[in-house]
Parts: sequence; C-alpha cells; structure tokens
Amino acid sequence: MNTDLVLEARGLRKYFPTGASKMLQRPTDVVQAVDEVSFGLRRGTTLAIVGESGCGKSTLGRLLARLIEPTAGSVLLDGKDITKASSRELLALRRDIQVVFQDPYACLNPRHSIGQSIGTPIRIQKTLSRADEKARVRELMALVGLNPEHYNRFPHEFSGGQRQRAGIARALALQPKVIIADEPVSALDVSIQAQILNLMEDLQSSMGLSYVFIAHDLSVVRHIADQVAVMYLGKIVEIGDPTAVYERSAHPYTKALLSAVPVADPKGAGERKRIVLSGDVPSPVNPPSGCRFRTRCPKAEARCAAEEPLLIEREAGHQVACHFPL
Amino acid sequence: MTLLSVRDLNVTFGTPEGDVRAVQGVSFDIEPGETVAIVGESGSGKSVTANSLLRLNFGADVRISGEILLEGRDVLTMTEDEVRSVRGSDMAMIFQDPLTALNPFYTVGRQIGEAYAIHHPGATKKELREIALNSLEKVGIPEPLKRVDQYPHEFSGGMRQRIVIAMALVNNPKILIADEPTTALDVTVQAQILELIAEMQAQHGSAVILITHDLGVVAEITERVMVMYAGRVVESASVENTFAVPTHPYTRGLLKSVKSLDTARHERLEPIPGTPPSLIKLPSGCPFHPRCAFADSLGGRCSSEAPELRIVGSSRSACHLPDERLLGLMGGAS
Amino acid sequence: MFAVVLLLIVSAFTFWIFSALPSDPAALTCGKNCRPEVIEANRERLGYDKPLVEQYGAYMKGIFAGRTYGEEGASVHCPAPSLGYSYDRHECVTSLIASTLPVTASIALGAFVLWMAIGVGLGTLAALKRGRWQDRLATGFSVVGVSFPTFFLGLMFIMIFVIWTGILPFPRYTGITENPVDWFMALILPWFVLALISAATYVRMTRNGILEVMNEEFVRLGIAKGLPRKRLIVTYVMRAALVPIVTIAGLDFAFLLGGALVTESIFNLPGLGKLTLAAVVNSDLPILVATTMVAAVFIVIANAVVDVLYGYLDPRVRVK
Repeated sequence: MNTDLVLEARGLRKYFPTGASKMLQRPTDVVQAVDEVSFGLRRGTTLAIVGESGCGKSTLGRLLARLIEPTAGSVLLDGKDITKASSRELLALRRDIQVVFQDPYACLNPRHSIGQSIGTPIRIQKTLSRADEKARVRELMALVGLNPEHYNRFPHEFSGGQRQRAGIARALALQPKVIIADEPVSALDVSIQAQILNLMEDLQSSMGLSYVFIAHDLSVVRHIADQVAVMYLGKIVEIGDPTAVYERSAHPYTKALLSAVPVADPKGAGERKRIVLSGDVPSPVNPPSGCRFRTRCPKAEARCAAEEPLLIEREAGHQVACHFPL
Repeated sequence: MTLLSVRDLNVTFGTPEGDVRAVQGVSFDIEPGETVAIVGESGSGKSVTANSLLRLNFGADVRISGEILLEGRDVLTMTEDEVRSVRGSDMAMIFQDPLTALNPFYTVGRQIGEAYAIHHPGATKKELREIALNSLEKVGIPEPLKRVDQYPHEFSGGMRQRIVIAMALVNNPKILIADEPTTALDVTVQAQILELIAEMQAQHGSAVILITHDLGVVAEITERVMVMYAGRVVESASVENTFAVPTHPYTRGLLKSVKSLDTARHERLEPIPGTPPSLIKLPSGCPFHPRCAFADSLGGRCSSEAPELRIVGSSRSACHLPDERLLGLMGGAS
Repeated sequence: MFAVVLLLIVSAFTFWIFSALPSDPAALTCGKNCRPEVIEANRERLGYDKPLVEQYGAYMKGIFAGRTYGEEGASVHCPAPSLGYSYDRHECVTSLIASTLPVTASIALGAFVLWMAIGVGLGTLAALKRGRWQDRLATGFSVVGVSFPTFFLGLMFIMIFVIWTGILPFPRYTGITENPVDWFMALILPWFVLALISAATYVRMTRNGILEVMNEEFVRLGIAKGLPRKRLIVTYVMRAALVPIVTIAGLDFAFLLGGALVTESIFNLPGLGKLTLAAVVNSDLPILVATTMVAAVFIVIANAVVDVLYGYLDPRVRVK
C-alpha cells in the first residue's frame, strides 16, 4: 500500500494454549485465535472488522492496542513497530492508540465519578495539571454530548448511551491517532446506536481520527466503514471497500453472512434468497486443514482441503482468500 | 373464538425508588396460527407483557390487573395448578439466552422428556426417550442418538436454542412465545433459527408471539406488528404497513434510525433525540412527547393527555396527530 | 499425583518448623535441673544432633518401616507406621493417635451431620420464605451463632443442661462399641456446640446459594415448562445450589478431623485435639509434629476427594 498508513498489521498471530494442563506438562491444545492477519489502516478512515463469535476479531483488537502480546507478527503505528516497544516507549504509544469497549456498564469504575474516569488517562500520562485536567474533561464531555455540569456524577446515574459517550470521551482525552472500537454500539438500544454512530463520525471528521471498528452487525458496518475486513476462524477471508464487499462479494462466507442479515423490509425479505450455512462454526482449537471455511462451504472441492488460500487482489482495493471466488 | 385476548393489562413493580409502571393498558388479540411481533427497545414493556401471559413475573411487589383470556379462560385469575397446566402445554416460551436457559445438571434428553412428562404423568421412560429423540431430529440436531445423553454445555449456542425450541414444542402448544430468541446468536445461526421457528409453526399450526427489538427479524417472519414504548402499545399494524406506512412518530423514528445494508457511507442516520423515559417518573400525557418532533404542533395536548389506540387507515395508532398527517409520516424518501 | 507431592511438602515443612522452635526436646527428656553434659548426651542419643535432612529422612523411613527409639538396653520399637515416640509419655505416637482418633472422628461425624441438617435446612427455609419471619429468624440465628466462641457455648451448655437442669449427664466418653447409648449421650452436647457454630455459616451460604440459583434463567424456564414448585425446588434449585456447599462441607469436615481442641478440652473428651493441647503444654514435640501432619494429611485427602466429587456433581467441570 502506498497511501498514508497510520496503523499496519503484519502477519499477526495469536495462539492461546488451552486444554487440560497437568503440572509441569505443556497444555495439549492450542486455540489459533488470530492467524496471519495483515492489513493497513489509512489515516482518517475507518476499517471495520466483521465476523461472528469466535472469529478472532476481539483478539485482533486487543493485539492492535497491544493489550495482549502477539505470538508472532508485528503492529506498526506510523511506521514504528509497537510490538517491540519497551515499556517506557509503550507509555507514550498508549497516547496514540486508545480503545472503546463494548459494555458501557462494565468499563467505567462505579466508584469514580464520570469526570474522574474520563480524566484517568490524563492523570496517568501526567500531561496536564489538575486544574487543566478538569477543564479538559469538561471540554470532552461537551464534545461527546454530555452535560459538563455532571462531572461529579457516578456511572449508575447515567444511561447506557451516556456511559458509552463517556467511554468515548475517555478515549479522546489524549488526542489519539487511532481508536480501536470493539463493538461499541452492540449493547445499546437501536435509537441510541444511531446517536453514537453519528457522534463517532462527527468526531472522526473534526479530529482526523482513524478507527478500527469491530462489529458483528453488518448493517452498522456498511454505514460507517471505508474498508471492510471479513474474518472467519482467525483469518481475513475478504477485505475491500464496502461497496465491493457488500455488492460484489467474492467469498462464499461473506455472501452467506450478508444473506443472513435480517432485512428491515418485508417485501425485500421475501425476495432475497438466503444462503443457509450448514452446521456450526468449527472449533478454533483444531481448525480444518487448508481453507478453514471448507466444511461449511457450498463450493468446497478437493483443493480446498489441501491448500490454504491466500489473499489475492480481485479488483483494485478488493482482496479475497478463496480458490474459487464468486 | 379468539385464541388469546389481552384486555387492559397493567403491570407495576414496587421498588424502593418508587413504582415502576412497566405495562400500562395493553390490549391485543391473537388468532390461531398467527405470527405477531411485539417490538420495542429496553424499557418498552415487551418482555414484561410476554412474561405476564404465563404469569412469570416474579418479584417482591408485583401488581397485575386486567384480563388475559386464553380461549375464554382468564390466566390471571387461575389457580396455581391451573396456570401450571397451561405453562408448557397450551402456551410455551423460548428464552433469549440459550447458554443459560438449559439446566446444566441434566442431560438434554432428560430435559425434553421432562417437558412432556410434566403434562403427561403416565408416560413411561421408554416413551419419553422416544419423544426426546424425535424432537431432536425434528429440530435438526445431527446424531440424535448420541446427543440425547449429552449435557447442554456440550452443544453450541445455535444447537442449544434448537433444543429449547424442541422443548417448547413437545406438547404442541397453541401459542409459542419467543422472547428475543435470536439476539444472543450469531447472524448466520440467527437465520437458521428463524427459519426453524417458521417451519415448526407451519408444522404444528401454533401461533407465534415474537418479542424483539430487531426490526429486521420482524420483517422476516411476522404478519402483524405491535410497537411498544414505555409500557404502552403505540402502534399495531400489518407488517407491510408498519414498514411502508408507519402511523406513529416513534415507529417512524425507529425505522429512520435503523441502519440497513443499503445505507450508504456517510449517509446520515436520523436517531431519535433523547433517551427512553424512566418508568418510575413517566412523562405526563403521551410518554413519547419529550422526544417527538411533532409534539409542539398540537398546542400542549401531547403533554397533558395520553392518546388512546385508535384506528388510522388499516392500522391502529396511539397518537393525537390527525389521520392524514399520520398516514403521511414517511412522506418523501422512504 | 499432585496430592502425594503436596503431602511430602507438608510433612517436610511441619518437620522443619518444629525443629526451628526454641524448645529443646533433648532438654525435656532430662527433666528439671539438668546438667549441660546430660542434655548433650541426650541429644546425641536421640539423634537430634544429626543434620535436619537426615532427621527428616529417618522420620519418613520410620513411617514405612517402623523405627526403634533409644539405645540398646533401653530401646523401644514402634512398628510401622511410626510417627514418632513421645518421651514424655513413654508411648509410641502412632498408638496414641490411634486411640484418640476414634473419639475425634465420632465428634466430627456427629457434628457434621447435625450442622448440615441445621445449616442447610434453615438456609433453605430462609431462602424460600425470603423476607418473612422464618428468614429473619434463620438469619438472626446465623449471625448470633457465628459470634459465640466455642468455649463460651460449651460452658453455657454444660451449665444449662448438666448442672442446672440435669437433663444430660456430664459427658464422659464411652466407645460406640462398648455402649452406644452412653456414647450418644456423651457426645450430644459437644455435637451441638460445634454444629451450632458451623451451622451459622452454612445457613447463610445455603440461603445465598439458593437465592442466586433461583435467579438463573434455567430455573425460570423450568417454571415456564409448568414444573410443580416442589419438584422445581428439589431437582432444579437444590441440585444446583448444593454443589458448592457440599464440597466446602467436605473440607470443613476434614478440618474437624484434625481435632477440635477447645471442645474436646471443655468436655474432657480424649480426642486428637486434647492430645495436641496437652502436647503443647508439655512441649512434647514428637506428638505435635505427628498430629499436625495427620491434620494436614486429612485436609490434603479431603481436597482431592472434593475435586473428584465436584466433577461428579457438576457435568460442566468434568474432564473429557
């Protein structure tokens, strides 16, 4: 990629040992949560990562924010490899990458006032004096649509949507370059989701933020993403701009995923042909050989079991990992 | 005779902070074999309404009034034993989270068998096992002979939901109440389960009451929709009308704020401003008026008088706006 | 496997701790007014001058092969498993423990049955009648019960039941094989003392456990299926709530097997606890080492048993 990449992932892998481990013995099974994931996030844009449960998208999010260490591969922030950063360098790096989590009820310390929670990153990084910190927090609250007068109130006094706004304010406190949003609207009511999505978009254009937006809801993603990556069992199976991925899906899984989304239109629902995938998602502990999707793919052939498909460019800005793309 | 007739249902929970008026004046009918959706966000009262049908509302201080007539018999005035005989046989319920709905200590076969045995006390162990095996097969669980003796934690989420559905249908209920049956599931599994519910309904002829907040799910399999807000039914219409010609500002707001696969990049969503009201301190008059774009146009009537459900076109709506305005709500782009 | 290693570690640690104590067993065997040379000689004779590891080794060997204590002419052989020799009492520790263990076991067993019955029974009642007077009574009992020290309760009971009202005779232990009735009568009071205190905790645990389970979705589904209340309580609620309680109870029982020091002393029951207490007073190290190890062994075994039991009771925990 020759455009300005603010964040880049190269060959990221994360394996979790699992299964019974007796004393002094290695655990026998390994969960291949993320396997050879590479992509680039252009500055000022949103990359959405979609997939179902167990596909590894949350793990990927944590790897990008360096909340967990990769088993292999690297993450580059503005060209610098953050996976090799020392703990001192990491402190500085944390200013540039922030995270917004899914559950607005769980990510705010119930014993701290909202103002305190939002100001926590500033205090940790010691970038401002106390007085300045308060002023900045109030500024942030207004920015995300919260009433600055509520600085001293506690999380339980706010609704889910408001708490999520606080989480976003906290993420913005250090003026990061990248925000990793892990399912930021999934736990909210439909009407509130729209508010938060609008907010995030407004902030992006006014502050030049770049987002990695992790979601399982394809319709949310369509609206907000400049680039979409579809994950299945730890691998990216298709990546490209939303129009290409949604309207000219090349991977059978993407196609099935899109056809499964319930359409809020009774006439459309009847017309659309649904591709129903057979069976369940295989266990990430011992994924199928070759192409991981082959056990549920209606187009699987012998080659799919023998050889793992790599991401190939199908058209400009649209890649797919399939031996027989649609 | 109408299969189910709910008349003026009111459910209030007493809490230390005050009375939570979860359901107010809800009335509706269900005909045999119908599929009806009750749509609403959190706090709308849809789950409480569903629970009331089987008298599953528990709490220290619960006050229910109104009538729930199942084929003429009022569920709310039945004795404990009578209600128990209705539960799981005339009306059965599917819960939202399949991971926690099944008893982790007993095998799946035993739990399905139990659902049958409760209402057929004379059944032998062999019969129960046969029934369990048949149920598993019907809902598409592979290798039923092996699976029937397994425990819930050995199944995936989608399969567990199938088992829950199997359990609910084992006594051929007249009404199947599905409380957010797909919310906790992945999208592809969601599709499977919805199809399964539709299939089972066709086979058994049961009516289905589907509780959900997902408008997409509603469009998939329902015929009729009731929209609830802050404990009241604000609109009741056929599914086509609900989407094409909504007759309540809240429904319109919901439709506009729902992103769809067709929403293009940077096309602005139109969220409903504000947040759902507290059920303890409800707004006066119409509960939606603080967030309604049209509340000001009626000279204060919205804040003083709660609108009743009335016929508007071929739907029913609880709004003070005149019919012509309601029918033209979606005016312009749809 | 792991349990065996743990046992070894525990025994080594106990051994080391006691050897680090200021009291000198060599001096004790000599009695008062000892001359240093005699103490030194004793030390040599008894083997306390050897390095600690060697002492430990000899001790362990004694457990499997028996050991001879003292020197020729004045030696005693304790057959395997030899846990030591009490110079104070002039007896093999193993036989001391063997004679006191049945007493402690009787106490522990009876108390266990009683406290489970009271604790789980009252706890269930409290949970089912939540908020009503039965709940308040049971909860009040549990708070009060926890507050009473064993010796106070024990002495109170003796005062009330033996001295004032004379309903029960003063506890004097008789073996169950000798006279079951006397055995029972003697143990009633100590059983109640121990049980009431433990029951208090179990009342609360059971109550909370049941209330938590009742909020679970699968219980709600059971109700939605039309399950009759009684069957629901037993097969759904209790089945789930009792699993953690039973496993904790197993551990508590093992703890009690190590000897209920205070209770045995108050009621003058010749059990492990009383033996231990006497050994402390007399600085009889060999007994102390042995009883500590025995108590630890019980707990380790109980832990292992409880692990297995848990897997049996909760299908989710079973290893495939």
